[in-house]
Formats: sequence, structure tokens, C-alpha cells
Amino acid sequence: MTPILQSQELGKKYGRRWALRDCTLEIPAGRVVGLVGPNGAGKSTFLKLAAGQLAPTSGGITVLGGRPADGPAQLAKIGFVAQDTPVYPRLTVADHLRLGAGLNPGWDAGLARQRIERLGLDPAQRAGGLSGGQRAQLALTMGLAKRPRLLLLDEPVASLDPLARREFLQGLMEAVVEYELSVVLSSHLLSDLERACDHLIVLTGSRVRVAGEVERLLATHHRLSGPRREPGRLPADQHVITARHADRQSTVIVRADGPILDPSWSVSHLTLEDLVLAYMDRQADQHTDEPARAITLEGRR
Amino acid sequence: MIEFHLDARSGVSPYLQLVHQVRHALRLGLLREGDRLPTVKDVVARLAINPNTVLKAYRELEHEGLVAARPGVGTFVTRTLANASLAAHEPLRRELRRWLAKARLAGLDDESIEALFSTTFRSAAEEDIA
Repeated sequence: MTPILQSQELGKKYGRRWALRDCTLEIPAGRVVGLVGPNGAGKSTFLKLAAGQLAPTSGGITVLGGRPADGPAQLAKIGFVAQDTPVYPRLTVADHLRLGAGLNPGWDAGLARQRIERLGLDPAQRAGGLSGGQRAQLALTMGLAKRPRLLLLDEPVASLDPLARREFLQGLMEAVVEYELSVVLSSHLLSDLERACDHLIVLTGSRVRVAGEVERLLATHHRLSGPRREPGRLPADQHVITARHADRQSTVIVRADGPILDPSWSVSHLTLEDLVLAYMDRQADQHTDEPARAITLEGRR
Repeated sequence: MIEFHLDARSGVSPYLQLVHQVRHALRLGLLREGDRLPTVKDVVARLAINPNTVLKAYRELEHEGLVAARPGVGTFVTRTLANASLAAHEPLRRELRRWLAKARLAGLDDESIEALFSTTFRSAAEEDIA
């Protein structure tokens, strides 16, 4: 299967600071990819590079076989909903749809109208008077009606209440099925990502720390606890993500492709949240800009 | 038609939760042969979950021979799990109630009853395998 997005040693520098570096990734088509990491980790930068709104400082990125900003035909394949789901407050809902139709050659007016109707939005209402949830839904409608093959969303649900968040994700997942979309969305809310995403990228300190299929990530990461021992004494195929040592006990989170055979460990599964936090924790511990090699687990189909 | 739900805290993966819910409904006779399962689009639109989760659950059920996908039409139940055993539920339930009353009389609280049941259930299951 051809990947929908590929990047090689992609980097972006603002002044002297790297916002993203050494980012080498491959995302298969038809996935919903969660992009997680603390603020300032490079999530928005990555999305803007994928959307063609920023040019890379180093390396390269290909979306659907072309460079993101390579002309109108290429830009039409990519939808982008920027942070805080921006709308024009003084324009009405109907104005937004007219604007979308004027700016996008592949605009699906039927889709836009139906979605607005189903959401119960009044076309004559100014966007500034909509609730947060409605604004987000309007921005999503604009992104979908463009009929992109890849939809990028930057923190689309961060400012929404739980009900609006759920409704937004319901609409998004429905669109994934209906229009065979691939999606990359960044979020802090791991519980939402756990439901919606089948692929995950963890970014911290401007670098990709781990990326791959959620199912595979969960199957290959384990929490081991048992009598205290030095982390160097683990089998070669077990990579330590984090290790905590008390007087008598050690708790280690490892990535291992094979089963854990050592009977002195008690082994437990990680949730997606545990896994993401372990990688974030590791970064916080290291306080270094060393190029910790990204771990890429590509599921093979 | 079955309505799925998800328990985020159960620790059971979402696709398995869907599989269990179908089996459960089949066992209780809530789903019967010929019934249609909700479309993938319906399920994701309701639960806000990844479409591949639903596809995987349906594939698993198909693999078990419980449902069959008819392209362009939907996924249909092809077998029932309830059949004869459904009739046995009522007398078993009565016996279980009597047992529960005895357990309470002996001073067991809810947690002790659950613990006793699940350890006995597990050890019996292991003996069956052995």
C-alpha cells in the first residue's frame, strides 16, 4: 500500500531553534493518526509542513506522492483545520460555504449543505455567535467539503466540552468511513485518541519518539515489576523506556518484540495513556537534546 | 438491532468489547439468525471510534462463523448461540438465587461472593482444560 505521507529527516528551524528535526515517518493510507506531545513539541509545525503552509528547513516531506505545496492540484488533496478551528466571526454560516465553494475547485456543495442541516446550524447566523462546538463543526464541514484525501486537524477538540468533543469525533469518524479519508489529528486528550486513532506518533522536544500502529505499540510495550535490579541486566531485545527503582523494587517499562520470559518479573499491559506518558517522562528525565533514535514500528499488512 | 457501547475503563480492547457484546446478545437470544448488525458507519458515528476497530470485530465474528458480510447489503447473523440452553436459564437462575441467599446467610458480602464465584469459575475452567 502506498503511504499517504512520508517524511525523511524533515526539520524546521525558527531562527536558531529547531521546532522539529530528524523526523522520518511513513503513514499508510486510510488511517486515523494521533499526534501527541507536550506544548511546543513540534506538533503544529509538523501539521503545517504536511499542509504545505511551511517549507522545511531540512529534509523532505511527500503527501500523496507530491510535495504538499506543489500547486493547486496538490493543495486540493489536503484539508487543514488549524488550531482553535478558526472561522470568520463576522461572516454567516452561508458566507463560509460560499467562500469555500469559491476557493476550492473540488468543493462538494451538497455535502456542506447536508452537514450544516444535520447539525441544525442556521445558515444566516454569524459565525461569531456560534458555540465552540458549532464553530468546530463548521470548520470541520469546511475541511470535509473540500473533499481532501488527507485531513489534518490541529487540536480540534482541545477547547470543547465533553459532549461537543464527542459529537465532533463522531462526525469525523463517520466522514472517515464515508469519504475514505486519511486523518492526522493532534490532541492532548488521550482518551479521545484511544478511541479514534489506529496509529500514533509521539513527539517530544522537537523529535519523534515513537510511531506506529496503536495495536502493535500496545502489544510490544510492557510494565515489568519485581525485585530491584540494574537496567543493564535486561535481555538485548528489551529496550528500556523508563525505569524506577525503590529500595527493593524496580519498575521498568520496556519495548520488546518477544514475550517476557523472566519469571521474577510480574508483567502487566500498558494502556495507550501509560505508553504515551512513559515516552514523555523519558524525555523529561533526560533533559538532553541527544538524537534519541526514534522507534518506528510499522505494522505490515 | 444491537446497540454497542464501550467501557473505557474495562481494560478490554474496544474491538473485543464489540465481539463480546454480539456473542452476549446471541446467547441471550437478543440477536437471531438473519438479523443485521449496524453498519460500520453507524457504529463509528455513534461511538466516535476508529472504523478499523469495527471492521476488526466484524471480521472476528465472521471468522467464528457467527455472522456473514453480504457486500453492499450489510453484515448478518448466521447462527444463534442461544437455542436449547435458553430454556435452561430459568431453573439455573433459581438455583443461583438460592445459593446467593445461602452465601449471604453465611455472612459473605458482595465482594466475597464475587471473589468466590470467579475463583471457583476459573479453577473449574482450568480443570476442564487439564
